[in-house]
Amino acid sequence: MIAELGRFLIALALIASIAQMALGWVGAAQGGRSAYAQAGRTASLAALVTSAGAFALLIVAFIQSDFSIAYVAGHSHVDKPLFYKVAAAWGGHEGSMLLWCLILALFGFGLTRIGPAEPAFRARSVSLQALLQSLFFGFLVFASNPFDRLDPAPLQGRDLNPILQDPALAIHPPLLYLGYVGLSAAFAIAAAGLIQKVSGREIARALRPWATGAWASLTAGIALGSWWAYYELGWGGWWFWDPVENASFMPWLLGAALVHSAIATEKRGAFPGWTVFLALLAYVLSILGAFLVRSGVITSVHAFALDPERGVWILAMLGVSAVSGFGLFAARAGQLGEGDGFEPTSREAFIGANNLLLAAAAGVVLVGTLYPLFVELLGGAPVSVGAPYFDAAATPLLILTLLLVPLAPFLPWTNGGARPALKQMRAAFALVPVAAAGVALVWFGAPLLAVTGGALGVWAMAGAAMDAFNAMPLARTRALKFAAAGRAMAHAGVGFLALGAAADASRPADVNIALGRGESIEIAGRTLTLAEIRRADGANYLADRARIDVSGGRSISPERRYYWAADTHTREVGLGSSITGDLYVSIGEARPREDGSAAYEIRAAFHPLVWMLGLGAFLIVLGGFSALTAQILTRRQRGAQA
Amino acid sequence: MIKSRKRLWVVLASAGVLVSAGVLAGFALRDAMTFFHSPAMVAESPPLPGQRVRVGGLVVEGSVERPASGGAGFTVTDTIADIRISYAGSLPDLFREGQGIVAEGTFDESGLFVASRVLAKHDEAYMPPEVASSLASAEAQGALPGAAGRDAWTIGQARIGQGRS
Repeated sequence: MIAELGRFLIALALIASIAQMALGWVGAAQGGRSAYAQAGRTASLAALVTSAGAFALLIVAFIQSDFSIAYVAGHSHVDKPLFYKVAAAWGGHEGSMLLWCLILALFGFGLTRIGPAEPAFRARSVSLQALLQSLFFGFLVFASNPFDRLDPAPLQGRDLNPILQDPALAIHPPLLYLGYVGLSAAFAIAAAGLIQKVSGREIARALRPWATGAWASLTAGIALGSWWAYYELGWGGWWFWDPVENASFMPWLLGAALVHSAIATEKRGAFPGWTVFLALLAYVLSILGAFLVRSGVITSVHAFALDPERGVWILAMLGVSAVSGFGLFAARAGQLGEGDGFEPTSREAFIGANNLLLAAAAGVVLVGTLYPLFVELLGGAPVSVGAPYFDAAATPLLILTLLLVPLAPFLPWTNGGARPALKQMRAAFALVPVAAAGVALVWFGAPLLAVTGGALGVWAMAGAAMDAFNAMPLARTRALKFAAAGRAMAHAGVGFLALGAAADASRPADVNIALGRGESIEIAGRTLTLAEIRRADGANYLADRARIDVSGGRSISPERRYYWAADTHTREVGLGSSITGDLYVSIGEARPREDGSAAYEIRAAFHPLVWMLGLGAFLIVLGGFSALTAQILTRRQRGAQA
Repeated sequence: MIKSRKRLWVVLASAGVLVSAGVLAGFALRDAMTFFHSPAMVAESPPLPGQRVRVGGLVVEGSVERPASGGAGFTVTDTIADIRISYAGSLPDLFREGQGIVAEGTFDESGLFVASRVLAKHDEAYMPPEVASSLASAEAQGALPGAAGRDAWTIGQARIGQGRS
């Protein structure tokens, strides 16, 4: 019954989205205040309610362990804790696609409420958002229905992949999708603005809150995923330049460019065409990411299993979105004009330069990610592009970006003038050589890139602190305070990220060894002793938990688990965190020795200052939401004045 | 400044950044590319010792050795030829016999593949595309009708339907 109702609701959501598209389109043509526009808004509510209903039903099916539904049988098990039964609703392809659709519908409804101020512009963006909704709901209905039945129904489910049974990964997809899909609203607004022949400034004003909110959520989603990879996969790293990671990193880079270029466009009318183009491109790259992750065309440890039919569908959606968006841009960009001019030392110039660097970095990542596909399409030998490419090609661009970050807030708009800014920043300049020397001294023999990254991290942090001291007292309204604080926090966060990444890049070599009870290893000046191993079973797994004593009196407890339902082993990394960094230990399987005792595979590493990565990401997210608050406050004020 | 000169300045700066990013990417790509070699390709023309490559195939049943001192050794096959792989790290938890894996590393003088990275997917129904296509070509050459790989692959999928007791 649940399955039938769920299918029905998804079909209704598709119909409501199509109605929303058509009614909104006609409504916009009539000026946005007609009964059609009103009906379009109602249809968007209907799409939201039906898709939320379908999603709730899917969760109920998981709670009830209804294995007659193929998706539930493939991702759940009666013994699984309730929390992970619920989280499994978005843990696989079909369910996560339903979540994607739900967020699209939510943002479609959001646009009817806090979309562009001008009625026809708003109705048009609601209609275009509905186009994106219809594509994805169509995909659900015709190719990826999460409510497909299984006959005969199995007695037991196949369980959610155990490494996904983790709190960080349970909330990672919703945040990530808020980011990806949030960019859809920026796409819809940009395209609607082009159709309605709205000025670049108005388009930027309308899409900024959506872009900022989406980008902050995307940051949080990527950070959680990266944190999960660090402690759950046990590979001893936080970023691997895997195609699936790159798929999220490209929209992130473009989103970062967009939230900045939209400021210059809204406030000073600079580069309107570029801002609109970025808004279109960012969402197209989000769909490209979905294609890479879900079609199985690329070798990735994170990819969903191969399914050519899905791949073709997503490729079609990618084609429709890209062709309609860029076609529209090609036809109408001329009407946006060139934008207002600015001097080379103005804030617009620096924002533009950073945009160029961020977009170039996204391009470099795109080339590396897609290159293997192109080679294959051209009939060449299978090839892969690994981390060395991305380190060599993307890092210099990001370092240059970082160099400019702290300067821009001190530069005046339009007419520019670097002299006062340089004077204000004297103290920060003095810090850089000190920091570089400090980094070189602390990590003697650290790689050059790490020293550069570390020094620039300090540079960004110092700049952000000075910016906060400078701008906060001048901010008179609440909105300006939020804006200044957001900027300073996000820029400081970037500094922390750089410093943390630089520190981790210069960490001592990891140790891989088999240890017996009572035996020790040395890492980063600490002695680790395998003290004992005992059983620590959970609700749906068996586990061996090790106690590893660290010189200085602490102990770390990594685990190795066996999930019987999925017949899979996983590791729970043991972390010993301190201000200097993380001791990181994972334990593998037992191996018999000749004398009859057992030795355990141990992987041990020391990650210096890795907490800075977390803090950096947190500050960026906080800064993003602070900026979003400022934008909403200003728009409300403007609405009250109008 | 005159408007046209200003525009020239922007265009030149942008072109400079894009060209240098392109050059950087080109050089990096040339250095960082690793080619995939199936066991059959290795048997025919082995890559030079020390050259970074990817190899892959199905892990041969019973070939996995886990010495008490740590590390592991195993054999992968595409049903035409085999490659022996040694790995000093800890094998991924989802590594198992009969599954398709990809390893990255170099061949040593004796023809042993020394892997620096072993990729096994979280999903047992997943087959790395390179391995899938090398198995398909092995089958096309008539190595074995219904090669082991295809069976493992379909079993993985069928399990979704059957559940487990």
